[in-house]
Amino acid sequence: MAVTQTVEQPASRRIVIEPVTRVEGHGKVTILLDEQDRVKQARLHIVEFRGFERYIRGRPYWEAPVLVQRLCGICPVSHHLAAAKAMDQIVGVDTLPPTAEKMRRLMHYGQMLQSHALHFFHLVSPDLLFGFDADPAVRNIIGVARKFPDLAVQGVMLRKYGQEIIKATAGKKIHGTGAIPGGINKNLSVEERDGFLKDLDQIFTWARDALKIARDYSMDHLKELADFGSFDSNHLSLIRADGAMDLYHGGLRAIDAKGKRIFDHVDYRHYLNYIAEEVKPWSYMKFPFIKALGPEKGWYRVGPLARLNTADFIDTPEAEAARQEFMTLTKGKPNNITMAYHWARMIELLHSVEKIRDLLHDPDLQGTDLVARGERRPVGIGLIEAPRGTLFHHYEVDDNDQIVRCNLIVSTTNNNMPMNRAVEKVARDFLEKVEITEGLLNRIEVAIRAYDPCLSCATHAMGRMPLEVEIVGADGRLRARGGKGVEIR
Amino acid sequence: MSEETVSITIDGVEIEATPGQTILQAADAAGIYIPRLCAHPELEAFGACRVCTVKVNGRPQAACTTPVAKGMMVENDTSELLEYRRSLIEMLFVEGNHFCMFCERSGNCELQALAYRFGITAPRHDYQYPVRTLDGSHPEVFIDRNRCILCGRCVRASRDVDGKHVFDFVGRGHEKRIWIDAEARLADTPLKGEDRAVSVCPVGAILRKGTAYRDPIGRRAYDHRPIGSDIEACRPAEKKG
Ligand code: FES
Repeated sequence: MAVTQTVEQPASRRIVIEPVTRVEGHGKVTILLDEQDRVKQARLHIVEFRGFERYIRGRPYWEAPVLVQRLCGICPVSHHLAAAKAMDQIVGVDTLPPTAEKMRRLMHYGQMLQSHALHFFHLVSPDLLFGFDADPAVRNIIGVARKFPDLAVQGVMLRKYGQEIIKATAGKKIHGTGAIPGGINKNLSVEERDGFLKDLDQIFTWARDALKIARDYSMDHLKELADFGSFDSNHLSLIRADGAMDLYHGGLRAIDAKGKRIFDHVDYRHYLNYIAEEVKPWSYMKFPFIKALGPEKGWYRVGPLARLNTADFIDTPEAEAARQEFMTLTKGKPNNITMAYHWARMIELLHSVEKIRDLLHDPDLQGTDLVARGERRPVGIGLIEAPRGTLFHHYEVDDNDQIVRCNLIVSTTNNNMPMNRAVEKVARDFLEKVEITEGLLNRIEVAIRAYDPCLSCATHAMGRMPLEVEIVGADGRLRARGGKGVEIR
Repeated sequence: MSEETVSITIDGVEIEATPGQTILQAADAAGIYIPRLCAHPELEAFGACRVCTVKVNGRPQAACTTPVAKGMMVENDTSELLEYRRSLIEMLFVEGNHFCMFCERSGNCELQALAYRFGITAPRHDYQYPVRTLDGSHPEVFIDRNRCILCGRCVRASRDVDGKHVFDFVGRGHEKRIWIDAEARLADTPLKGEDRAVSVCPVGAILRKGTAYRDPIGRRAYDHRPIGSDIEACRPAEKKG
């Protein structure tokens, strides 16, 4: 339940300048007003967890893909694979044996499936099925399970299928060891493969159904959603050489809000020439931006919506048909609707299932050439399209095989500015008086959730994030404060 | 039997032992597992870790160094000894920096396997988080002293099997460390990757480079069967139970 209160006494300016003095993972929004009490800016404060970069210093490089998974309880596979891709570079391998790359891809699509399913069914479907303003006591997964039991079961089963794929490729459902520098440590046995093939038809049906729910909801509520928390932005993702969506590997493509290419097919090992991170005094989480455009204009979105926007096509038929329908909504131009993330996410979910099917039918998965080796290199950079967007891993390794430097840009950090903009837009549209209403809190929550922020890996906190909203006047005084618990992961 | 044997009793089971054998060796031959860490079948007994402590005629003794004698009454699988061994293992965990969750030896580590066998989930003592060094200088071998339990296997293997004397102990008591016979770097020793001193390490302290995580989860030594079950599998049928 939301608890709102109006603050009587004036509070000091400090609250705004050093906002995150509380528990890690305490999501806090500060809404700054102008002289006329109109929304000037909204700031989402998240404590970014950077301890890892320090901790890993001195560790042998081959540990990174396993160690780094501890950053995140929900998308450890993405960290595992991004670090492994960086370590491929360290051991001098540019091309993996086909079995190794395909096993990793299978792992990745399994992760995409389970992550997207969890987000959509567990966190988002209550908002869509019951409405943003429904009683939070009903608007949750338990409520969904009561009213739409089949749907709740489908969510669980889709997720489970993804997790089983992770287990078969990484050894464990979470924190596995499958990807090693230069390859993979196992192939897929015929028994494992046949087990997955047996359930595939059912998984397809549920994935199509999930996409239909997201699509129908978006079309039915288009008017109200189009503007909700929306804004124009650049978009960034990896892209395959032929322009296809590729969630595992590719060059970097950035486009602007109208679809104009800012850069294309950039070898991501040179990302530092194109991307920089800005530090703002009021936030511990950095703000990445495209260098050529500067911090003001260069910030961008990542994740399912960005990937749908950057891709020329999807190389699996059902997801491609869905993409084409999705793109007709904006006449082929980039879609800048925040709430379209959900639809885009379900297109990717179906795409992942199609990819899993294609891989399961590929005999390379039973190959035995698992690891390649090359000439040792000092720098390893690995990027991957994680469920919530482009994930950057960058390591420097000394002659003793020890890591001397590490820099990560996690997906949620890439979406930092977009989440701020989404909250700002919602605040502008829904703040009527200088008062924090339940409706406002709900809408801020829904807007943030569209980005599926992995606050646990950006902040190393899990569970229910206390969302706290403060309104601060032009004179720096705290005018109102309210809060609620928000499910995060 | 052609040789002369003596009989001893372990937990009420009478077994035949060869004079000159240690209690540990006799128990192994009879398919009775006595937990151990520093003992290794190819190396001279050392008696450092005390995990193999049994009671001989009521008195605690290290099974790996105590020779058999006729009529010995040995207690091994008792709740008292289990408790004692558990606390030894727990001490080893808190005295070093053992993070099984990302250690490449996980699943193949004897310390971890003992913890599992003894049902240890979290140690009852506070972690000491000592500051230990790593040595990555050698092209084939990596040392992570965070995980060294001072079992001395590498010391004995290097000296007695490899004939090199690469490792030794320095310091005493709390300060005791495994050191190498070079000024600072493992790279300056005659150690080779295939040396026995490297492969006898029961934990993740001495690592062969290029082998990390090669065994997939599910195919590691202790993924399916607890440590010691290979010994127990050799127990003659009539003596089981
Ligand atoms: S095994 Fe006997 S003292 Fe270590």
